[in-house]
Amino acid sequence: MSSQWEVVIGLEIHAQLSTRSKIFSGASTSFGAAPNSQACAIDLGLPGVLPVVNEAVFPKAIAFGLAVGAEIGRRSAFDRKNYFYPDLPKGYQITQMDEPIVLGGSVDITLKDGTTKTIRITRAHLEEDAGKSVHEDFHGSTGIDLNRAGTPLLEIVSEPDMASAEEAVAYARTIHQLITYLSVSDGDLSQGNMRCDANVSIRRPGDSELGTRTEIKNVNSFRFLEQAINYEIERQIDVIENGGSIIQETRLYDPDSDETQSMRSKETAMDYRYFPEPDLLPVVIDEAYINAVRDAMPELPAQKKARYIEQLALPEADAVILTGDLDLATYFETCLANSGDAVQSANWVKGELLANLKRADLTAAESPLSPEQLGTIIARIKDGTISGKIAKAVFTALWEGETDSVDTYIRDEGLEQVSDTSELEPIIDQIIAANPKQAEQFRSGKTKLLGFFVGQVMKQTGGKANPKQVNDLVVAKLS
Amino acid sequence: MLERTLAEQRQDLRAGEYSCVELTQSYLARIEAHQALNAFITVSDIALEQARAADEQIAAGQDKPLLGIPIAHKDIFCQESVRTTAGSRMLDNFISPYDATVVARLNAAGAISLGKTNMDEFAMGSSNESSYYGPVRNPWNTDCVPGGSSGGSAAAVAAGLCSAATGTDTGGSIRQPAAFCGITGIKPTYGRVSRWGMIAYASSLDQAGPMARTAEDCAILLSEMAAHDPRDSTSATRAAEDYTAGLGKPVSGLKIGICTEHMQGLDDAVRKIVDDSLAELTAQDCEIREISLPNAHLAIPAYYIIAPAECSANLSRYDGVRFGYRCENPADLDDLYQRSRSEGFGDEVKSRIMVGAFALSAGYYDAYYRKAQQIRRLIKNDYIAAFDDVDLILGPTTPGTAFRLGEVSQDKTAMYLQDIYTISANLAGLPAISVPAGFVDGMPIGIQLTGGYFEEAQLLNVAHQFQQVTSWHQRRPGDAA
Repeated sequence: MSSQWEVVIGLEIHAQLSTRSKIFSGASTSFGAAPNSQACAIDLGLPGVLPVVNEAVFPKAIAFGLAVGAEIGRRSAFDRKNYFYPDLPKGYQITQMDEPIVLGGSVDITLKDGTTKTIRITRAHLEEDAGKSVHEDFHGSTGIDLNRAGTPLLEIVSEPDMASAEEAVAYARTIHQLITYLSVSDGDLSQGNMRCDANVSIRRPGDSELGTRTEIKNVNSFRFLEQAINYEIERQIDVIENGGSIIQETRLYDPDSDETQSMRSKETAMDYRYFPEPDLLPVVIDEAYINAVRDAMPELPAQKKARYIEQLALPEADAVILTGDLDLATYFETCLANSGDAVQSANWVKGELLANLKRADLTAAESPLSPEQLGTIIARIKDGTISGKIAKAVFTALWEGETDSVDTYIRDEGLEQVSDTSELEPIIDQIIAANPKQAEQFRSGKTKLLGFFVGQVMKQTGGKANPKQVNDLVVAKLS
Repeated sequence: MLERTLAEQRQDLRAGEYSCVELTQSYLARIEAHQALNAFITVSDIALEQARAADEQIAAGQDKPLLGIPIAHKDIFCQESVRTTAGSRMLDNFISPYDATVVARLNAAGAISLGKTNMDEFAMGSSNESSYYGPVRNPWNTDCVPGGSSGGSAAAVAAGLCSAATGTDTGGSIRQPAAFCGITGIKPTYGRVSRWGMIAYASSLDQAGPMARTAEDCAILLSEMAAHDPRDSTSATRAAEDYTAGLGKPVSGLKIGICTEHMQGLDDAVRKIVDDSLAELTAQDCEIREISLPNAHLAIPAYYIIAPAECSANLSRYDGVRFGYRCENPADLDDLYQRSRSEGFGDEVKSRIMVGAFALSAGYYDAYYRKAQQIRRLIKNDYIAAFDDVDLILGPTTPGTAFRLGEVSQDKTAMYLQDIYTISANLAGLPAISVPAGFVDGMPIGIQLTGGYFEEAQLLNVAHQFQQVTSWHQRRPGDAA
């Protein structure tokens, strides 16, 4: 990118709240049901129906607000946003305009080079999701699926504080980490649980005015977010450097062509005619309610990271990896509870486990090897039952489902370490006898050959010999 | 049996004077004979079946407050498996899959539904002339309107086509037709009766209430209609009441307010009726006091911003996509919206949607919608101040008697002024009742009593006591139709 340009990015993130039922009706929010099987009379906007707010949305929104250090709106009111669209059944969306539940706040993001930056949050408000228009299979017509209509959303609006696609993605990841930690949202991007709109503009460094912005709508992966913003920055630079000007408009990112395309320009932009929703009374949120939410909040990512470093004595790099994803942190903590060794647990989780998860494209929560099992494997290394090498074999056996009990498997397969001197001595004697030349060299000072003898013993015992014990015995016999 | 009040019919049915089937058959026959009134949009084809079941229940000694009483519902209340049109072509084909809370509660109380009554389209109108199903005629003079928007319900009760009916009132739509047709109708406190299943016109003003021949009948019905409903967030949480319990309590000592602003410029004949009514109440030792509602003149302009604004959003769901009227062969999405709505809505509805959309649009919101809401607060505060001095306020329900069909409908402002005395109660959310109080040139006229919040019991009792010493409510129209 040309250094003559400064990039300004703000994000609007729509997070679906993980409530069982919708924000204004009792219909289920679960994903993937047959079209319109989860749309009740309220979701369909039938004549005469009325919304009733699902109170489960408030603690979630408030927890998010507290986590980002925001002010919580003591009077949280709903408004109608009017526009016609086939997947918006009432012809208006119930949202919050003048009195949102979360005001202000900020999050710190960490960039690849290790530097951190604070991104300010303007507000976060509650609203209902729309349904989906389905264009396939209808021969020129459009099908409407209203299962998603009325799913609760928290729309998190940032200040235009990001200066690159990398910062925008880091911010989006940080918000994702927070909302999953707080169980505000399931955060499954593939199911549309979190969708981003990016407002992008460029200006000359030193300009006080912001450039004309475009809004890239509905990006639902971090990778696409980065690609879409980078494409849009290049496009804007190209337009301006070729003497053109940027039109304020909404654009859509197409991952197949890696381009953004114009969706509608400001000239045809809607006047949403917001006004207070007369069917719902403002919700008054008092100090006691907020305190109850605060008391029930789980440990946040930053707190968890600090605890791993300070109390568990993990290196910062390990703490960052383990706390990056709540599922992984939870896995690690359960593993630790079973192994009793933080450093070893961290090494196994960030090493063997993550490598296997990545290969199989699974999340920590989906791991075929439970954290209890991994903890037991580590405990068996620590108490000398198995060697580290055998442990990897046990790991693989459990991963592949050959067994579901660490201890049974070790016993049945005879994998216990051989630490019995009377069992090891004859083997060592035999190997020394079979390798007189090396024995001689060792005695005359070539101590590096110790590894050769230990290796031979391990080979002979199928890796089960206790390496430390073998070491001691070989040295004693050759000295 | 049709000349008996609802309260009397309850006793007659229990005493076996006649059966519920006989009563229902008589009403159905009378509805048939009075089709020219155009009071009904849909007549029930299962009413007799329900009547037979009610007779069996009575015979088995079961008791419910409205068991076997044939009533009619304004066609704004959704009724399961019944066509529910709101008087609009837009919903001509809409069969509701569910019951409104009002319908469900009255069903549970044992009432029989004779059918759905005609109304101004989406309750927008004061003459019942905006209905897609044609105007309703006033049973006292079929050249005259019955008032609106609950004109079908008012005409049906007045003509003896049902024992009582439900109505809704957004700016006077229960009280004005009640006054024009010589019956009694109460608009309860906003939130007292659930709006679930009641097709919305202006959500912050809409309120359902009973329309019947006497205050006592209204009290019986309202006791069954009013309750907290968790499906309506604006529904009042206070416990439901038995409004019949306090009927007959002496009214002596009650302080009745007369609003200076409402008495100015009043038609002489109407003034005389108000004065005569006051005389009846002073004879029962009520005290009369003059009060001021200084912002009363702002009620109509404020109402005609707020109600259209809310309706412009409430009626957006009628888009031809999921239910209701859809234009033929839409070329594209915009064409579907434009033609479905242009063809499906009548002129008055389209006019109010456009006014409302304008009042809410960017750059005009503060000048119109916000200002109207500020006026609304002033009007409410005026009433609260007035109720420090008086127990209730008495005045005319309408500026005059029912006008002729077509007489006012060309002049929107004149039509809107029909609601000059009724609209304030909706803006303030207060209960108000219209009671028959006399005749001018052979046409009935009503007085309106407005009370403090949740003072329905007192309003009904004062109206009841008034009806103990007057007979206006007992007069019936001749069989002009």
